[in-house]
Amino acid sequence: MNITRKDVEHVASLARLQFSPDELDLYTQQLNSILNHFQKLQNVDTTDVPSSTHAVDVNNAFREDTAGPSLTTEESLKNAPEAEQTCFKVPKIIEVG
Amino acid sequence: MGTELYQMTIHELRDLLQQKTVSAREITESVFQRIGAVEERVHAYISLTQDLAMEQARAADKRIAGGNASALTGIPLGIKDILCTAGINTTCGSKILERFVPPYDATVIEKIKTAGAVFTGKTGMDEFAMGSSNETSCFGAVCNPWDLDHVPGGSSGGSAAAVAADECIAALGTDTGGSIRQPASYCGVVGLKPTYGRVSRYGLIAYASSLDQVGPITKDVEDAAILLNAISGHDAKDSTSINRPVPDYCKALTRDISGLRLGVPKEYFVEGLDPEVEKAVRDAIAELEKQGARIVDISLPHTDYAVAVYYLIAPAEAGSNLARYDGVKYGYRTDGAADLKDMYVRSRSEGFGTEVKRRIMIGTYALSAGYYDAYYKKASQVRTLIRRDFTDAFKECDLIVTPVAPAPAFKLGEKINDPLSMYLLDIFTIPVNLAGLPGISLPCGYSSSGLPIGLQIVGNVFAEETMLRCAHAYEQHTRWHVQKPDLS
Repeated sequence: MNITRKDVEHVASLARLQFSPDELDLYTQQLNSILNHFQKLQNVDTTDVPSSTHAVDVNNAFREDTAGPSLTTEESLKNAPEAEQTCFKVPKIIEVG
Repeated sequence: MGTELYQMTIHELRDLLQQKTVSAREITESVFQRIGAVEERVHAYISLTQDLAMEQARAADKRIAGGNASALTGIPLGIKDILCTAGINTTCGSKILERFVPPYDATVIEKIKTAGAVFTGKTGMDEFAMGSSNETSCFGAVCNPWDLDHVPGGSSGGSAAAVAADECIAALGTDTGGSIRQPASYCGVVGLKPTYGRVSRYGLIAYASSLDQVGPITKDVEDAAILLNAISGHDAKDSTSINRPVPDYCKALTRDISGLRLGVPKEYFVEGLDPEVEKAVRDAIAELEKQGARIVDISLPHTDYAVAVYYLIAPAEAGSNLARYDGVKYGYRTDGAADLKDMYVRSRSEGFGTEVKRRIMIGTYALSAGYYDAYYKKASQVRTLIRRDFTDAFKECDLIVTPVAPAPAFKLGEKINDPLSMYLLDIFTIPVNLAGLPGISLPCGYSSSGLPIGLQIVGNVFAEETMLRCAHAYEQHTRWHVQKPDLS
């Protein structure tokens, strides 16, 4: 198992991160060392062992769909880096062609 | 415990307040005087809330005069900066949330506010609770009050250091893989991680949702019981919170542990365990036996895999949870991005620190096409085997006793450049989170260089009462917890 610099670049793009060449080298080396250590899990026989996604078995917690107190528009927008009227503002998404 | 108000415990101050011997104002002033004297060296806080604290103290004094105080009324508490506090900056130790002011309170904050507590400030932590040393905080590391060149542990290192240095009477921390118990152990205080689902996670900034729990960090076991009473209970706002009655944990402190079966897992006393830690823990076990407990040798055979399981599952959950930091609704946004995607990428790359990015990378890799089965799925299956280890062990014993960490606190800077060596230190605390069990760390000795050593007691699911009873009985017969670091 060997993770290449290219793999790291691919995973970074999936995670919406970008790295400098030095960071790419560092993460390539560290991810290899960490994930190689984790290879030991392959020695465990997990045939017919179910996955645990939670520590304590909980089922879906449903509640009545009733209106309750919630944040005002103003409160919701207060931490926004940029807002306009009642909306969060982001850079242009659609190319005008 | 101590003679100054700031040195005292919650229960001592509660009694003094009830007798009207002191006021909440005096206690709060005393704590802030202490903060003024030592904070520059300890650096336990990211922000202080003195004006709010004085206002809360005045309200507490009124409430006490009116005769309707709770055990926490007028008690100054530190709050880990991962818990949302309405109107108070909550950074999570990250540049990306540097200017975030939550519009609402976490449920635990609402509960301690209702109880009349006083907030000293927001305590330092590893960025997004990802770290075992507090060095990944973007606001600078916290120092261990017992030796300022050493780490306080992490990620709730600020809370543990603040309690140890008497910069608050008690504090709230959070524990995903040991983040309450390990810093409590490094700083010589008591730290309790409740059963998963016992305490609401609403308003706790998510790291790994299937593991995170809020819990108390205190000067003694009775205070841990008092604070646990205040924060426990079902919350409709957290779908993983469990609807089950909350007992009065203080009533569990009967001092009687005769006949209690204590399991000692052989996998926790292996090569790599510091001899001074081993001796202190073995002496503690002998003390508990002397008090009438029965010692049972047990095995938790999958212990050796716990670190690998945790450092796949927690980063996978973190990768998903931290996708929300995109520079749109709150948090840091880069300047002058070319388009939306560029804005996401640059905001995240500039806003997150090295360790957080490393864990996002591990998690994203473990969940990505082609690797999901080999990493994430495999880890989730081995997690089941680790849970079964505990289920089997609890057929033979009532509690499990172990060290908290393989060695006492290490030096600042010693391990920060070798992430794997840092991850491996979490070996004794991680399995408890993976199985959702309650665990407590309490002082059981000091190394020859004067650094605290912690004893971990682990209970079965919702066995906090038995766990507290045992911890309290031990504490009643020892004096480790009353020792204070010298910060004069």
